[in-house]
Amino acid sequence: MEAMKETVEESLREMRDTFASGRTRSLKWRKRQIEAIYEMVKDNEDKICTALFQDLGKHSTEAFRDELGFIMRSATAAINGLDKWAAPKHSNLPLLFYPAKGKVISEPFGTVLVLSSWNFPISLSLDPLIGAIAAGNTVLLKSSELSPNASAFLAKTIPAYLDTKAIKVIEGGPDVATILLQQQWDKIFFTGSPKIGRIIMAAAAQYLTPVTLELGGKCPTIVDHHTIAKNIKSVVKRITGGKWGSCSGQACIAVDYVIVEKSFASSLIDMLKPSVKSFFGENPKESGCLSKIVTKQHVQRLARLLNDPRVQASIVYGGSIDEEKLYVEPTILLDPPLDSEIMNEEIFGPILPIITVRDIQDSIGIIKSKPKPLAIYAFTKDENLKTRILSETSSGSVTFNDVMIQYMCDALPFGGVGESGIGRYHGKYSFDCFSHEKAIMEGSLAMDLEARYPPWNNFKLSFIRLAFREAYFKLILLMLGLIKR
Amino acid sequence: MATKKVFGAVEASDLVKELRRSFDDGVTRGYEWRVTQLKKLLVVFDNHEPEIVAALRDDLGKPELESSVYEVSLLRNSVKLALKQLKNWMAPDKAKISLTTFPASAEIVSEPLGVVLVISAWNYPFLLSIDPVIGAISAGNAVVLKPSELAPASSALLAKLFEQYLDPSAVRVVEGDVTETTLLLDQKWDKIFYTGSSKIGRVIMAAAAKHLTPVVLELGGKSPVVVDSNTDLKVTVRRIIAGKWGCNNGQACVSPDYILTTKEYAPKLIDTMKHELEKFYGKNPMESKDMSRIINSNHFDRLSKLLEEKDVSDKIVYGGEKDREKLKISPTILLDVPLDSLIMSEEIFGPILPIITVNNLEESFDVIRSRPKPLAAYLFTHNKKLKEKFAMTVSAGGIVVNDIAVHLALHTLPFGGVGESGMGSYHGKFSFDAFSHKKAVLYRSLFGDAPVRYPPYSRGKLRLLKALVDSNIFDIFKVLLGLS
Repeated sequence: MEAMKETVEESLREMRDTFASGRTRSLKWRKRQIEAIYEMVKDNEDKICTALFQDLGKHSTEAFRDELGFIMRSATAAINGLDKWAAPKHSNLPLLFYPAKGKVISEPFGTVLVLSSWNFPISLSLDPLIGAIAAGNTVLLKSSELSPNASAFLAKTIPAYLDTKAIKVIEGGPDVATILLQQQWDKIFFTGSPKIGRIIMAAAAQYLTPVTLELGGKCPTIVDHHTIAKNIKSVVKRITGGKWGSCSGQACIAVDYVIVEKSFASSLIDMLKPSVKSFFGENPKESGCLSKIVTKQHVQRLARLLNDPRVQASIVYGGSIDEEKLYVEPTILLDPPLDSEIMNEEIFGPILPIITVRDIQDSIGIIKSKPKPLAIYAFTKDENLKTRILSETSSGSVTFNDVMIQYMCDALPFGGVGESGIGRYHGKYSFDCFSHEKAIMEGSLAMDLEARYPPWNNFKLSFIRLAFREAYFKLILLMLGLIKR
Repeated sequence: MATKKVFGAVEASDLVKELRRSFDDGVTRGYEWRVTQLKKLLVVFDNHEPEIVAALRDDLGKPELESSVYEVSLLRNSVKLALKQLKNWMAPDKAKISLTTFPASAEIVSEPLGVVLVISAWNYPFLLSIDPVIGAISAGNAVVLKPSELAPASSALLAKLFEQYLDPSAVRVVEGDVTETTLLLDQKWDKIFYTGSSKIGRVIMAAAAKHLTPVVLELGGKSPVVVDSNTDLKVTVRRIIAGKWGCNNGQACVSPDYILTTKEYAPKLIDTMKHELEKFYGKNPMESKDMSRIINSNHFDRLSKLLEEKDVSDKIVYGGEKDREKLKISPTILLDVPLDSLIMSEEIFGPILPIITVNNLEESFDVIRSRPKPLAAYLFTHNKKLKEKFAMTVSAGGIVVNDIAVHLALHTLPFGGVGESGMGSYHGKFSFDAFSHKKAVLYRSLFGDAPVRYPPYSRGKLRLLKALVDSNIFDIFKVLLGLS
């Protein structure tokens, strides 16, 4: 570990020197690096898909949709938007301060740390990287050891495409993370669980390092069958995709559980079953379209969630587990107890609890009783319900009538609140995430007001009071001696 | 003197529970409630300015003008701005949608975080308490304010005024010292806003980490002033003096901490400073009523120690008078103290101003860059190129050219630090944003589903996805029509 510590310190020194040299401030340099990320992904599509298949059993189409395609778009958007994002924002100043000028410029924090996750090891590494570089920082990326092939790809290939003195990759697990967290960074960006998020923030506190924590939670999906009956087929498809279509439910914005009125529950289940079959065939394990569970430990974790006898009793579909093959069958539960473990921690797997309520309005109470999630999904056309959801619940985001797709929407900030996280990114928000908004005010030496300076007297006091109220007319009267204090 | 109510762990927990109930009941969400609270604050300023001024005189010996301008007027403006803009601030922002998620519409909705904690400082006890509270209330939160115990008269007055005017079910003051603060920090808050030292900022953030509570930390640092020979010296000096001794006698987070100028220019600068200082504060500055006193004997002793250090005490070129009983130190200027002396290592926060000379002005930028990032960095010059270089290469919370501290009063500029000087910002709309969660809302249509989204995956689907990624509408049509 001593050797690792030295490597980290050496890397930090080099990155700091590079930052101090000013090289990363050039927009040209930044765009070139981001272009290189695009090229790296494009040139190595097959290698990346292979790595993702080895780590997670991800199908290449899923890999492209969720990771490669996403990064390529993100890179293009950053290159196209950078000039605008980096431009100073001019502020209007009150007349009193004329002819002073004010503006805000975005400046890089310096040397930043990105800690990525295993479920989308390419996009959750490269997307924050794009943001950090766009903002002009030097950056160290630590990829997750739980996705070793993707991690190895990044460690090997990033140095071949990007400026190695400014952008570095380190592989490893918690022991490497610990060493990294002992260092001083100008910003830390973390994607992972709330439990580790707390550790990251506590470590950051030692150095007053600002953090962005993209965490998780239980993303509920409300199905208001009264108003979406006409489009129920679409609804079912989207829920199926939202639970099992992306890394087998191991996604921070996956559908965690569904809430539906008791009267519709069995109809919904009867539609979900064939839907799952249409996606993954009779034998999902062999379909090639369902991702694996990342490790045996996680399979065991999911098995434990199902082991609770009350939860076992609620299984209406699926339930089989093959630890060797890292497989958990797409599983549906009907009304597992609300106090069971599976209803109190983020499932992060292919198990879908369906929770019934008498009246769909009651779904709001259930959501509020839990920590704020990263996303809330609601299939409804009822404007009243939509308003209630928006105003009575809190979450990173809310998506009506679809799932997960808010991730693709560049114009929307992506981040959590409360237990689901701090800060946000995507699109320009990524740029802002890694920037310090520095206010710059320029005054004029020409116009000087006596009233600003001691010794104080009543005239000066009146003057300043009126100036603050921007009561310019009265100010003039005061100066002309036409009104007294 | 009112007897202090007991505030223990139970009281702290009950307080948060009560405020959370109010918040969950929706007490603070409505526009009307927020406006009512803000209007009550205006009444406070209109009816109680003399008491505020008196409390500040008790606690800090603050001159009436400073109290009136920097504490009351700034606050009054802040409330008026919030009242004027609140509807605007509360309205959702529409967001632009790309082809991949069409058909859809999107917006960003501002929602309150919930129950927030504001911990204030002693040097501007009203401004630094009420300004964040204005932000918290505008954003629709329930808020607990913990004023600094080092300014007891102000703390007591704040408690009294809040109780008298604001809605106790959602806005409260807890008085006390580190004991009460620690009990408060044990609770789960939805946001913590702290103004104070970097040392305590770390403690706050570590406590917040336990609950994943986001924080704004308005800290401090050594705000440097670079003075170019190419400037209007008289105006420069007057502004430095007003910004240093005219703002709570140097006890302000954006106070000019030390000056950097060329060896050549320093004598002229010092002469002009001596001249203007006398004009401002007379031949006997210890008798002047136009400066605050040092807050207490702890800080007095701290500042004395800074002056007594070897190789520092012999660098005094002006002032240096001290009176421990009256808690006064006269405006003191030092020339070229060692860069590793205590006075050049910590934020001075007092009426002492070191002047450090360099061979050429650009060197001063290097001096600043070699130190922790300050809350503010100042430059006085006519030279346009120098101004640009300074703005681009010196990192600080905020940069002010040709003036001192006024950026505090500008609600259109975010006010906050970076690195050691803090995180987050406020003032104007930035205050509203600081206490809001910006919730992304996407409205999708149930019509028009792209099978390309779902398994079973195929080559055709992959092609279409690739086309969508590049958002080239012609490619998309080609695939859809089977022409590709």
